[in-house]
Amino acid sequence: MGLISKVVVPPENFYDDVEARKYTSFSHIVQIQRALELLALPDDHVPKLLLDISCGSRFSGKTLSENGHHWIEIGISASMLNVAMEREVEVDLLLGDMGLGIRPRVIDGAISISAVQWLCNADNSSHNPRLRLKAFFTSLYKCLSNGARAVFQVYPENIDQCELILNASMHVGFVGSIVRRKEFLVLTCGQHSINVSISKGKNEDGDSYSDKDNEDEENQTFFK
Amino acid sequence: MRLITHNMLSSNIKGVVNGFPLRIEAEKVVEKTVEMNGEFLKKMFEKIDWKAFVDASRAMGYTELPEEADSSMLDSDEFLNRFHHALLELHLEEGVLVCPETGRRFPVSKGIPNMLLHEDEV
Repeated sequence: MGLISKVVVPPENFYDDVEARKYTSFSHIVQIQRALELLALPDDHVPKLLLDISCGSRFSGKTLSENGHHWIEIGISASMLNVAMEREVEVDLLLGDMGLGIRPRVIDGAISISAVQWLCNADNSSHNPRLRLKAFFTSLYKCLSNGARAVFQVYPENIDQCELILNASMHVGFVGSIVRRKEFLVLTCGQHSINVSISKGKNEDGDSYSDKDNEDEENQTFFK
Repeated sequence: MRLITHNMLSSNIKGVVNGFPLRIEAEKVVEKTVEMNGEFLKKMFEKIDWKAFVDASRAMGYTELPEEADSSMLDSDEFLNRFHHALLELHLEEGVLVCPETGRRFPVSKGIPNMLLHEDEV
């Protein structure tokens, strides 16, 4: 995924038809599975209504569907209209802005793989990264139910960008925790206690994609 | 797009105060069978705006839902089956979603609503 993290262009320009297909990759599936683990949904075998905020192809749909939940996938690349993958019945895809347009308190959890850093782009004077992030996190916080979590896999270009994202999320009320080595940001909605175990995620012994120095994983928890 | 998604969506055009519910103009509706889960339906019942749901179902050509509903009806298999069918098995493939305040028309193509806003709408 390194190539994508190096590109500094708006998603509408970068994700053309060809790139949208290339983005359909096995490593993307692994990232989704990890995000779902960090979402830490209750193990009650009842499907949840979940949100996926995406810059990628329709291939997410199959991975999302296999987890048994119902999904609303919001894509911010118009090229997704042209990706001719079979759609899963449990996943609804729509194209939308980071204002989201979802009613309050109806979503049980949210994930986003490699999408949020696009909001940090400032490709012309009319774009203000802080305002875009504020609009996004405000609407996300609003649509999540109490206690719900949002998990972001991000590729910050630098510490400043990382802090920009974290500050924007905490400003609207999220409590944040970042698993730095894995570049996952875990946000909790409407709770005041911090569950430290979120930072550690699940035991990844035997996961062929985990870092060898997993035990030295650097975790940080940010307080309001 | 299923009605479970439609019932969650509102128009977020700048200046719009109440952009819910979006009115449906259906050109093509497809039915796809999916396994029913009663526990999920009971949880969704608490979230669903029922009037918006009934109106949307009718716009999709399905008229078997009661005008009003309360949680005691969830004990009825017949009601659950109808609720499940309308919520999760009807798909809007082609049509338009219309903002109730501005009349802005969001196209639905191949089952995918395009809610991307123009620069002056953000």
